[in-house]
Order: sequence, then C-alpha cells, then structure tokens
Amino acid sequence: MKLLGILVGCAVAALAASNDTVLIHNADVYPVTGAPMKGVSVLVQDGKIADIGPKIVAAKGVHVVEAKGLRVYPGMLDSGTELGLSEIGAVRETVDTGELGEFMPQLRALIAVNPESEHFPVVRVNGITSVMTFPSSGGRGGGGGRFGGGEQQMISGQAALIHTDGWTWEDMEINRSAAMHLIFPSIAGRGGRGGGGPAPDSTVLELFGGAGAGSYTAARRAYEQQIAKINDFFDDARKYMKAKAANAPGFQRDLKFEAMIPVLERKMPVAVSASRASTIHDAIAFADKQNIKIVILQPRELGKAAAELKEKNIPVILGRVLALPETEDGAYDEAFTLPAEAYKAGVKFAFGTFNNEFVRNLPYQAATAVGFGLPYEEALKAVTINPAEIWGVSDRVGSVEKGKVADLMVTDGDPLEIQTQVKYLYIKGKEIALTNKQTRLYEKYMSRQ
Amino acid sequence: MTKAKLLWAALIAIAPLGAETFVIKNATVMTVTRGTFKGSVVVKDGKIADMGETVATPAGATVIDGTGQYLIPGIIDCHSHIAADGGINEGSVSVSSMVDIRDVINPEDIAIYRALAGGVTTANILHGSANAIGGCTLPLKMRWGKDAQGMIFEGATPGIKFALGENPKRAGNPQGGRGGAATVQARYPATRMGVEDTIREAFNEAKAYKADWDEYNAKVARGEHPIPPRKDLKLEPLKEVLEGKRFVHAHCYRADEILMLLRVADDYGFKIRTLQHVLEGYKVAKEIAAHGAGASTFSDWWSYKAEAFDAIPYNAALMTKKGVVVSLNSDDAELMRHLNSEAGKAMKYGGMSETEALAMVTLNPAKQLGIDNRVGSIEVGKDADLVLYDKFPLSDYAKVQKVLIDGTVYFDRDKEVSGRPAKQAEKQKLIDKEKQNQQRQQPRGGRATQGGQGE
Repeated sequence: MKLLGILVGCAVAALAASNDTVLIHNADVYPVTGAPMKGVSVLVQDGKIADIGPKIVAAKGVHVVEAKGLRVYPGMLDSGTELGLSEIGAVRETVDTGELGEFMPQLRALIAVNPESEHFPVVRVNGITSVMTFPSSGGRGGGGGRFGGGEQQMISGQAALIHTDGWTWEDMEINRSAAMHLIFPSIAGRGGRGGGGPAPDSTVLELFGGAGAGSYTAARRAYEQQIAKINDFFDDARKYMKAKAANAPGFQRDLKFEAMIPVLERKMPVAVSASRASTIHDAIAFADKQNIKIVILQPRELGKAAAELKEKNIPVILGRVLALPETEDGAYDEAFTLPAEAYKAGVKFAFGTFNNEFVRNLPYQAATAVGFGLPYEEALKAVTINPAEIWGVSDRVGSVEKGKVADLMVTDGDPLEIQTQVKYLYIKGKEIALTNKQTRLYEKYMSRQ
Repeated sequence: MTKAKLLWAALIAIAPLGAETFVIKNATVMTVTRGTFKGSVVVKDGKIADMGETVATPAGATVIDGTGQYLIPGIIDCHSHIAADGGINEGSVSVSSMVDIRDVINPEDIAIYRALAGGVTTANILHGSANAIGGCTLPLKMRWGKDAQGMIFEGATPGIKFALGENPKRAGNPQGGRGGAATVQARYPATRMGVEDTIREAFNEAKAYKADWDEYNAKVARGEHPIPPRKDLKLEPLKEVLEGKRFVHAHCYRADEILMLLRVADDYGFKIRTLQHVLEGYKVAKEIAAHGAGASTFSDWWSYKAEAFDAIPYNAALMTKKGVVVSLNSDDAELMRHLNSEAGKAMKYGGMSETEALAMVTLNPAKQLGIDNRVGSIEVGKDADLVLYDKFPLSDYAKVQKVLIDGTVYFDRDKEVSGRPAKQAEKQKLIDKEKQNQQRQQPRGGRATQGGQGE
C-alpha cells in the first residue's frame, strides 16, 4: 500500500514536471477580440495559448479539462490597485504606498510587491489574473505618506503591471514600469478624488468662495503654482536628458531625472490622477506642453474634456462605478453613468477599483455600468483587452488568442454577473488552486460541530 | 448652513405623490415569505391590499406596468449613519447612553434620497462606535420630504449602540490610533479587557438603579408614598435594556469579543438583539445562535483594519446555516444604494437560495429590528414598502425603477431623469441671481470673505 502510494506520487510528479500542457475541451470561448466560439477547445502549452479550435486532439499525457457548458474568457485586469503593497489598510506597518517626497519618479512599486499577500489568492478566485499596482492611492490619503506627516506627493513613482501569481516579483512582472504616476493638483483640494470629500464645482466656488485667504482666488493661485512646479520638474528632467545625451562636462547621474527619461521619450505613459473636467483639461494641456503620453486616472466627470480625450487619443481608467456623486446636487447615478458617457464620447477606457479590498468586485462594477447604459461587450473589454492595450501589453494578455499568454478563466456563466463562479483559472498556463485564506476559514468553521 | 448649501437644498427637494391606490401589474413578485410568482400587487391606503397571479383592479387605481420587471419588499438597512447631521460619535465618554440619534435627525440629508434611489425604505440609524456603550438609536423610514418626526418608524422598538474592539479602545490608546491624535487625553478603556469592564460596570450601576425603581414602584403599588429615585439619563436606557424595552445593537469584529459580550449579557440577564459587522461571527455562530442574537454583517468587506483581516465573504451564509438570523447592512451611504447586489453575493459565497439572500436585506433586518409585522416581505396587510427593478434584483445589472413607502411613490426613475433639465435650469437661474446680487452689492469689488465655505 505504502509502495503503491509512492509509485502513484512519482507518476503524477513526473507527469507534472514533464508536461504542463492542458487541453480545455469543448468549451464556449469568448476571446473578447472576436466573436464567441461554441464548443471549441483551447490548448495551453508552455504558458501560452497554443491553439484554439474545434478539433484539437490532446496528445498523450496532456491533462484534459472537460469544459462542456463552461465558458473561457481572458483573465481580468484591474487597472488601479495597490496589490502586494498594502495588506491591512489601517496598519501602517503593512502599507508601503504613499512614500514621502513631492517628486519621486525613481520609486518602483514592483520591488515592494509581496507575492505572499493574502489579497492575491482572494482576487484570483474571482478571475483577476493581472493588476496595475500603484505606488500611491492617488487621492485616498495618498501622497505625503498615507498616514500623514509629509509633503503632498506630485509624482509618486512607477506603477507596475503584474500577474496575480508568481514566486517573486520578478516572476509576477508583466511590465515593471507600465506608468509613471502623477497626482495632478486640483483647485478644490488635491489628488484624483479631491481629497476631503465632495467639492463644489468651480462656478459655485467662484461665486461663494470670496477673495480672501482660503478663497477661490487663493486656491486658484496655489493651483497654478503647483502646476508651474510640475512643469519646472519636467523641464529640469529634460535638461538632464540633453546633458546626458551630449555627455556634458561635469554631468552627474541623478536617479530622479534618470527615471524620467522613458517618460520624456514617450516610452512610458504618465498616469495622471485627475477628477474634474477642468483638471483633465489642464492635464491634457500639460501633456501637450511637455510632449508626453498620458492616461487619465479616476475621473469623476468628463464633460467638455471628453471631446479632447477622444481627439488626442488619451485613454482613461475609470475608478469605482459604485460611488457617490461628487457634489450634493449631483445626479444620484452620475458615477454609474460615467462609463456609458465615456463610451458615447468615443473615449477609450478601462476599469480600476482603486481599493485592494474591492479588486475582486471589478466585474461587478463593470456590470453596474452596463445597467446604466454601457453596452455589455464594452464593459467586458474594459476589464480585459482595453487595459492590456492601454498599458502596452495587448500582444501578450487581454484576450483569448493563439500565441498569447495563457491567462484564462473558465466560468459557469457571464463573468460580470455576481452569481457566476470561476471554475478553473490559469495564469501563465499554470492552473491556479481556487482557494485562499477565506475559503480555508470557511471550510474550517463549517466543520465545527 | 451656507448660501451654497441652501441653494442645493432648494434644488434637491422632490415632493412625493400622495397615497393613491396602485396596481403593479405583471411583475415577477419576490415576496420572500410567500414565494415568487408572476402577477400583480394591489396597494391601498398605504398597505398591500391584495396580490396574486390575477387580482381585481379597484376602481380609480393607477396601474403601474411591471411587465418584465421585478418587485421586492423595500430594502431595510440595519446599520446606517445617514440623516444624523454629523451627530455620530459622542466620544468624550466611554458610556454615552444619554445621547440619542432622535435629537439629530436631518430629514434634508441628500443621502436619504440616494438611499431611496437604491431601493432602501427603512434604515436603522445608529450612533457611532467610539464608545463601549454608545447612544440611543432608532429606525427611520426614508420618507424624503417629510420632517424629522415624519421620518421615524412609528412604534418601532428603540435601540442602543454598543461597540467592541478597536474603535472603543482607540481613544484609550496612547498612540491615539489611526489619526495619530497623541495630544488627546487617554480615555478608559484601551484594551478589550477594559471594554468588557466598562460594560459590566455600567450594567452593575444600571441593575442597582433598576432595583431602586422597582422598589419604588412596588411601594407605590402598595399605596405607599415613597420619594422617587433620582432619574439618571445615562442609566435610564440601560434599565430599558434590562427590561427588554430597548434593543442592543453591538458593533463587533472578533470572535473573542463577540463571545465576551454574549456572556456579559447572560450574566446581567439581557439579550443582544443584533451583533453588527460581526465579521468573525462565523467562528462563534453556534454561540450566537444559542443566545438568540441576530447578526448584521457586510457581504465582502475585509482587510481595512487588523480586526477585519479574518473576515470572509461566506460569513453571512455560514451563520445562516448555523441557525442565526442574518442581515446584510451598509454602514455606508454608498454601499446602502446597492444592498440588493450585496445580497446576491450571499448566493455566490456560500450558496444561499434567492429567497434566503433577498431575506438578508428585507425580512431578516425587519426581524432584527422587531418590525417584521409591518415590513420585510410582500404580504397582504403589510406596509406597502415596495421596490420595482428593471432586472433580476440580486445583480449589479439591476436598477431601481420605482420605490413606494406606505403606498406612496417616493422615487421614480423616469421622473428623476426627465426632471433633470428643469433642475439644471433652476440651478443656473439661482446662480445668475446670486451673481447679480453680488454685483449690485459690491460695485467696487473686494467683497468680504464668506465664512464657513463648505464643510
């Protein structure tokens, strides 16, 4: 008996070691980039999607997953998280977002990702296979250290696109410097979401704000000074870049400016937290002036900025759809309808949850957007192929296509519907156990007599 | 209130229609207690008058076409802090039972209208969690447009908030907790041990106080003329707890503190009506069920603080399976607007049936608040608190179309949407008028600074 156990163990191990090829057999495949295919199979080999078709025959030893009635989708991508950097929101020792310092482009979120974070397995069971992880929450207390006591951040560092599984952060990496994070100033408070709660629009501020200290006029002046400061930093970085290229005498390496070079060369986009239409407009003007590529993060209104975004092909990462109106007299559903508004204006967008706790609800925020007017296919794209394109990795992830990385979820229904369960999950072709701290606690305490 | 706030308040008021007779026809009616059927519901004099696959339409009734839509009982949120005008925490003392939410109800809080738009018809408005024993609480109906008195759920048993764990001990922490308020003088308790002691000390006093009153009342009953004991506004609500006249709603997270409170209540002979948040309730579900406490929890919140790190989304389902009456609450003006889809999560995590899940935001919170004779399900004779959704309601695809409270339409999405241009125009008119006023008053510019801009 014991011998048999050892023999079986050896056989399984040998199989696993020699061949991690999987055939997902007879499923309905939703590639997102093309029409759904009913009753086809997906061959996963060497971490990639090797083939998709109705008549793939599994070679000997290939693990076959019978998926009749199940659906295959690309794994979902959340474009706004702090995953791996923040474990327990209120416990400072477990939070690594929001470094001190105003301009910190040299900081890299990637290297602070804890692969053993309990959040990764929690979001995986809901089909999230990759995330953008940011060095700052960009609004929710982000900047100057999330726990207070520093200067407000302008540039918080480099956001990384990572898989939600891997042995090390290098192993998890998809794009280590997917974006530079800039928290654009705003008149009614700072940051992507206006810091301290809803702020009235500028018309009302101008009207009732007076002219003294703390007035609209003073706030406007402070705002313009901050923008000038950011421009100065970019100008200095450009001078540095030129000095370096010219091998100027006395040139000294500067890590901050060094980190800015890919931005100035338009190789790395700047993810700009900007919530109001007027701020977005100013951010676009800034990007034009500095000749940089930008992505707008967490807008709360688009208004007239929508046309500009479309015209200049600037994509947007929409924050939580399930959010309260920004102002007391805002329409109750203004956040619910914002994705539909972006879509109608022709603005390219993806979704982000911007709170680790709610990353697993990414598909449900997309569903709310559908309830309030966004076409279903667009919602699905906004959690798969759109973010892959926005973050420059659509050649690798974001759809079910031959040759792409096998980040796949196999579900028993529409992935945006709450009741749907993820039955199998693959990240880089590896089958992921759909368990986590929470499922273990559930089983443990269900069995308590 | 600033001019700006007044201006907004003027803009947001939407007067509800008067109570009419309605027939909601051809909807999928999810009654919670009487199954789900395709049919109609008759609403008359503020109550559900009739329901079934076919009903007789009373003369003069307004017909609401529910074809393809879903009708559910009004959603009840067992834990909310809206409409309380910032009066959430009296944090200076560890026992603040002398304060009452009743005194700070703000019927003009826009959160009420937004909650309505999310299908909420009743909410339990609680004091905050800064004190081991907090303030008095009460449920409100979301009767937007009524005054503070008109909001109160008439006849409902009042409550009192308790709080265990990190929040009540924070004020006693020399580090000052999250905000780093090191300058504030420390307040007992600073540990979970101290929280238990604080509650025991209070009930020790309350028991003696009650004994004094019982003795006095006994003497009066015997025809004697004793001097009454001095009325104590702190102990009076605790005496009511001991008498079962006031419900305890206890904020708690960890299994240890939950068990502690149940044992304290056992010792002093009172009941915990609901455990609020109760994120580790799944670990002591057996003890909760044995005590008879209800549990009002979040669907899937976790990890925001240390005591929320063992939270599991299966909590609601597990406690239900172990015999606890479970509701899902919001504690949040935003989450409050989609408790319907929060209930859907109980189906995903732990396999609750449609009815079990829907009950978690309707019938079960009604039971926990002792108002299930009036609300929480669609039954003839119950209050006509109803929500009509365009799609299957336990999903984020669904949106609220109409909300009735006491048979009156308080939210109508069509009217809300079609009324927006007029509201926008009215706002613009008010802004223009204010601009003109300012120009007239300050011909030479340099106007005085307005105090109290915003909040």
